[in-house]
Amino acid sequence: MELTGLFFYLVSVLIAGGIYAVLCLALNVQWGMGGLFNAGIAGFFAVGAYASAIATTAVSSKHLGGFALPIPFGLAAAMIVAGVTGWIVAKICVRLKSDYLAMASVGIAEILRLVIVNESWLTNGSLGIAGVPRPFGNLVQGREADLLYLVMVWACVLAVYVLCQRLYVSPWGRTLRAIRDNEDSARAAGKDVDWFRLQTFVIGCAIMGLAGALSAHYFKFLSPSATEPLLVTFLVWVMLMAGGSGNNKGAIVGALAIWFIWSATEIFTSRLPPEWITRSSYIRMLLVGLLLQFVLQKFRSGLVPEKSPKIRSD
Amino acid sequence: MIDFINLYLVPGLTIGSVYALGAVGISMIFGILRFAHFAHGDLMTIGGYGVLTAVWFIPVHPLLLLPFGIALAIVSALAVDQFFYKPLRKLPTIYTVIASFGVALIFRSLAQLFWSSGNQVFISGVRMPVVLFDTFRISELHMQVILLTLIIAIGLHFFLTRSKLGRAMRAVSDEPELAAVAGLDTERVIRWTWVIGASMAATAGVFAGMDTSMHPNLGWNLLLAMFAAAVLGGIGKPMGAIAGGLIIGIAEETATFTWLSDEPLISPSYKSAVAFFIMVALLLFRPQGLFKGRLL
Amino acid sequence: MSALLSVKGLTAGYGGVPIIEDVNLDVAEHEIAVIIGPNGAGKSTLLKTIFALTARSEGDVSFGEKDITGLKTAQLVPLGISMVPQSRNVFPTLTVDENLDVGTYAAPPKDKDAVRENVLSLFPDLRGKLGQAAGELSGGQRQMVALGRALMSEPKLLLLDEPTAGLSPAYLEIIFDLLLDIRKRGVTILMVEQNAKQALRIADNGHVLVSGKNFISGTGEALLNDDAVRRSFLGGAAA
Repeated sequence: MELTGLFFYLVSVLIAGGIYAVLCLALNVQWGMGGLFNAGIAGFFAVGAYASAIATTAVSSKHLGGFALPIPFGLAAAMIVAGVTGWIVAKICVRLKSDYLAMASVGIAEILRLVIVNESWLTNGSLGIAGVPRPFGNLVQGREADLLYLVMVWACVLAVYVLCQRLYVSPWGRTLRAIRDNEDSARAAGKDVDWFRLQTFVIGCAIMGLAGALSAHYFKFLSPSATEPLLVTFLVWVMLMAGGSGNNKGAIVGALAIWFIWSATEIFTSRLPPEWITRSSYIRMLLVGLLLQFVLQKFRSGLVPEKSPKIRSD
Repeated sequence: MIDFINLYLVPGLTIGSVYALGAVGISMIFGILRFAHFAHGDLMTIGGYGVLTAVWFIPVHPLLLLPFGIALAIVSALAVDQFFYKPLRKLPTIYTVIASFGVALIFRSLAQLFWSSGNQVFISGVRMPVVLFDTFRISELHMQVILLTLIIAIGLHFFLTRSKLGRAMRAVSDEPELAAVAGLDTERVIRWTWVIGASMAATAGVFAGMDTSMHPNLGWNLLLAMFAAAVLGGIGKPMGAIAGGLIIGIAEETATFTWLSDEPLISPSYKSAVAFFIMVALLLFRPQGLFKGRLL
Repeated sequence: MSALLSVKGLTAGYGGVPIIEDVNLDVAEHEIAVIIGPNGAGKSTLLKTIFALTARSEGDVSFGEKDITGLKTAQLVPLGISMVPQSRNVFPTLTVDENLDVGTYAAPPKDKDAVRENVLSLFPDLRGKLGQAAGELSGGQRQMVALGRALMSEPKLLLLDEPTAGLSPAYLEIIFDLLLDIRKRGVTILMVEQNAKQALRIADNGHVLVSGKNFISGTGEALLNDDAVRRSFLGGAAA
């Protein structure tokens, strides 16, 4: 591969890696800090993507809007809509205990998917939304635009990281970890556990929405089948477990590490004989599934383990 | 009225039977191993493909080849328990939930790898439904599914209440520590839980695949309804799970009936949301389910 | 006097911190032995360690002539030891009859019906409730089911962790009378008790455990009359 080609390939990997890092930070807020299991990441990601797309695309008869707003408004809309969706979900589900919440979150993702597929007036159904603008799209074109977008994505990663880190060390974050590690004693100490959980869930969902928006503006096109929803959710979980749940740096490192592995296997599988190429994505999924088992058994505290002393018996 | 029975109630009972058989395993695993088994739907898929493969080689009725699917599902379940769940047994169960989430993906990608990602049918061709009492129509398959589920339910009831193994399973589900004090072999009970759960999952997978077609997402798409059925029946209550499965199946189908006006009560495209709302409402207001299941 | 159960230098605990340390204990055949001591003295842990429910770090346990150190619970039941834990000691959704039946699984008796009849003769109250779920019974009746389940494996030695915990004084008497009946049928009993005074009255021997170590041992009567024991563990008043 020629050198510039390789360079821009790396840029595209880093953009996607950055989007995953945002998702991973969001999951770290919910699971790493709050102990809330969310198997519906892809749902909130999609809500954010659609919200930003509808807010920023030109007026269209095919779906709601668009409102042709500037992109920063799109990102804000993504966070607000995903956050409000998360708030509604949390209002109902946040009192559920670990396994039950996990079961419910699968249903939430499914319902969000159904809404996106079925409500054509809102999302143009399975045909999707085209012409989602890129920031500075009229200034730079082509590969240089990718470079600019890379900077923007990682600016977002940095902003989210700073926010999460602030949250983590704040009294709010301490309370949250106390709840995660021992709910009963936190409750006995007079903490409003459900209220803290609700906040955690909403913040996480809003950040997932932001990641969705970043992905919509990157691909410029959005449809229900653009991403394999389960794969997104699953990859983010593997990333957080591998990086070290409870640690924001770990979340970013894990996201990059797993995304690099994932992308590297693509290079490898693209050299397979043609009859295997169609199946290569399944092989990669299988490998990631096995990787998660390995991480869970041998590598539970992750690449960058959480530092504060844990009470939990792991 | 007869339309309601033919087009809503019978299909509801059929899909309900599928949920019921799947939910038995989920409920037993939740009761004995204490975790929500996210790979159970995909275990159904594996069982379904086992029978589909057997049909390619032995051209008889697919239901006669059920043992092949059951065997494949049992072997798969015991293997993932041994290699992926057992090492995590001493940790908080949520880790096993995460592991099972990964196993779901492993099962599915294996199915896609070996059997392709497209739709495949067991038997091609259209079959005429059986007409009884002039107006009652039921397809042969639906009749077989409902009857077989009934037989399995009765068998399961006697197994759980009369046999030593069945009682030991209920004992471990009730009080695992006391079961250990009484000297019961918990690992053996766990193995049999997988054997029974996997057998029923495979059977359900074949039913579901014959009713529509086999595809790698078949089981995962049914998971939510099966969780709802297990919760409805009460966690750790296999017979409750059967009742729960039938209720969820009927509720899903009949929710799309024209109850109040000429419009369906709930648009058929949102059918699977019914199970979710039943499940969440139960978890919030009656987490023990209809039959006094265990609380988490 | 040959000991049925002999505990030598037993040390055990969770995560490296010993809860019991160098405990020695002999229980003779056909006796009722009681372990008393303040809260947190490690009484339950001692019982659980003997029954292999808690990991032992040092020491030996022998039963009859056999060294049972390191055997698993499931292996101890067929040898003739059973235990009734303090709480959650019945299977609540199983019927009374099924609870008793589960008691035979680890050590199937030759004539199950005869054993069941024998056990039920101790607890006539349970006869009318055989089909009822054990979780629906009163606390005292549940305790009987728990004892019955433990007796179904025809044990030589019965380990009881606070058999009267949470029961009314009236039931306390009933349970202690039952223990004397059970002993009469040839079963040796080693129990932990909070109601120390009453327990020592029916006990042949008592062992006081303090901070996980042997403090004093003696006959029930001797301990009841021992000044130090009385002051510290029996509420001061004369027995």
